[in-house]
Amino acid sequence: MKDGGSAPSVPLVVDRPLTAGSRREFLRVLGIGSAVVLMPSMFAACSDATGVTRGRNAAVTLDLSTDIGVLNYAYALEQLEAAFYEEALKHIISGCSSSELHALLQIGQHEIVHREFLKAALGSNAIPTLQVDFSSVDLTKRDSVFQTAKVFEDTGVAAYNGAGKLLHSATYLVLAGKIVSVEARHAATIRDILNPKSMDFAGDDVVDANGLDRALAPSAVLPLVDPFIVTPISA
Amino acid sequence: MMNNTVLGGIDPEITDRLLTRRDAISRGAATSSKVAVGLALASVPVALAALATDAFAATALPQDIIDVLNFALTLEYLESTFYDTGVGTSGLIPGSDLAVFQQIKKHEDAHVAFLQAALGSAAVAKPTFDFTAGGMFPDVFSNYATFQAVSQAFEDTGVRAYKGQAPNLMSQPDILTAALQIHSVEARHAAEVRRLRGLDGWIIAKIGNLPAAVNAAVYGPGNPPTDFPAEDNTVQGGVDLISLTHYGADPVSAAFDEPLDKATVLAIAGPFIVS
Repeated sequence: MKDGGSAPSVPLVVDRPLTAGSRREFLRVLGIGSAVVLMPSMFAACSDATGVTRGRNAAVTLDLSTDIGVLNYAYALEQLEAAFYEEALKHIISGCSSSELHALLQIGQHEIVHREFLKAALGSNAIPTLQVDFSSVDLTKRDSVFQTAKVFEDTGVAAYNGAGKLLHSATYLVLAGKIVSVEARHAATIRDILNPKSMDFAGDDVVDANGLDRALAPSAVLPLVDPFIVTPISA
Repeated sequence: MMNNTVLGGIDPEITDRLLTRRDAISRGAATSSKVAVGLALASVPVALAALATDAFAATALPQDIIDVLNFALTLEYLESTFYDTGVGTSGLIPGSDLAVFQQIKKHEDAHVAFLQAALGSAAVAKPTFDFTAGGMFPDVFSNYATFQAVSQAFEDTGVRAYKGQAPNLMSQPDILTAALQIHSVEARHAAEVRRLRGLDGWIIAKIGNLPAAVNAAVYGPGNPPTDFPAEDNTVQGGVDLISLTHYGADPVSAAFDEPLDKATVLAIAGPFIVS
C-alpha cells in the first residue's frame, strides 16, 4: 500500500466496482461531500479486491527489549487496524445504519492517526508497511465487520496493557497510555453497537473479577493477529 | 521489589507455584479470592499478604507507590459509592439502562477491593461523600440526566487520572500493568456512559456536554499544561498531527486521550468529598 496522501482522482478498487453515481450515493449516505478524501490511504490503487496489499515480503523482527521494538510492535498493530477499517469502508456494508457507518469511519480515522503518528515518531527505525489479508472476513456484512473490529480493538487494548511495562521511557509510556484508552473506547463502542445497552461494553469475557481488563504479552498477541498479517513477524 | 527477609522465611515452593499461576493469570485465566488479587498484581509480597498478615503488603511497597495507589483508591471509593447509591435508588435508572450501570458498579466495587488488598494496612479509609457537590447537583439521585452527567464526569476524569499516574508506577512493573488494566476499563465505562448521553464514546475536542464549569475542568488542561494538555490537543510527541494526516482537528484530537495531574484531579473531585 502506498503511503502518504492520495488524490480523489485515484480510482477506487473494490469487489463490485462502483460507478461514479453509486460512489456519490455511498458518500452521501455517509453524510460527507463527494470531493472529500476520507482517509489518506483509503482509495490507494495498489490494494486489490481481496484487501491483500502488495508490499515487501521480508520478515519483520521486533526486539521487544528496546523501546523502538515495543513502538514498532504498536505500529504493527495500528497498521493492521487501520488497514482493516480502510478495507472495510471500501465496501457497502449491508445492515449498517448511518450512525454505525459513521462510528466505523471515525474509528478508522483514529487508527490511521495512530499509525501515522507512530510511523513519524519511529522515523528511520520504523518497520516497513505490512502485507495484510482480510479475505477471511465478509466485509459486505455488518455482523462480520463488527465482530472482527471487536477482536481487533479488544486485542489492541490487551496488547497495549501488556506492553506498558516493557517501555523504558516515561514519555513513550504516556503516549501508549493516550492511545490505549481510545482503543478501549473503540472496543466499548463496537460492543455496544453489537448489543446495545447491555453489559457487553465491558463484558465479563474481557474484564475479570478484579475489574481488570486483559493484559497480554506480545507472545500471546501475535498469534491472535497472525491470520490477518501476511508479512512474517517475529519477536 | 521483593523483600528478601520475607522470602527467606517462606517455603520457596509457594513462590514457584504463585509465579506459575501468575503467568496463567496474565493470559486471562479466571481466578477468585484475595490470593488472586495478589497474583493479579504479580507481586509476591502482596500475594503473601493474603496468605499471611496485612503487614507484608504495606511494608513491601515504597511510599511513593503507596501514595499513588491510595490516590487511585480514593477515586475508586468515590465511584463505587456513587454507583452503589445510584443503582440502589429505585426509580432512578431506567430498566433499559440498568445493566450498564450494574456492570460499572460491579467493576468499581472490585477496583476498591483490589486496591485495598494491594495496600493492606496502608489503605486510606473511605471518605464521606456529597454527590450533590455542595448543591451543584441537587438532583443527582433523583434526576437520571444529572446522574448520567456526574457519572460521565467521574469516568472521563478517572481515565485521565490513571493515565497521569502511569509514569509514577514504572518502578513496579506489575502494579503498573494492573493500573493500565483498570485504566482501560474506566475508558470502556466512559465511552458507554457518553453513548447513553447521545455522545460519541471518544472525546472530540473538549466535547462532554456537561455543565460549563465542570466540562471545562474535566476536559481542560492540567498543571503544567505542557505535560497535561486539554482534550482538544492535536500535537503529540512534538508532531503536529493535523499537518501529518491532513485530517481536521476533530479526529486528531479524539485519537488521543490526555493525562491529568493529581492536583487537578483532586480539584475536580474535591467538591464531592466531605472528609
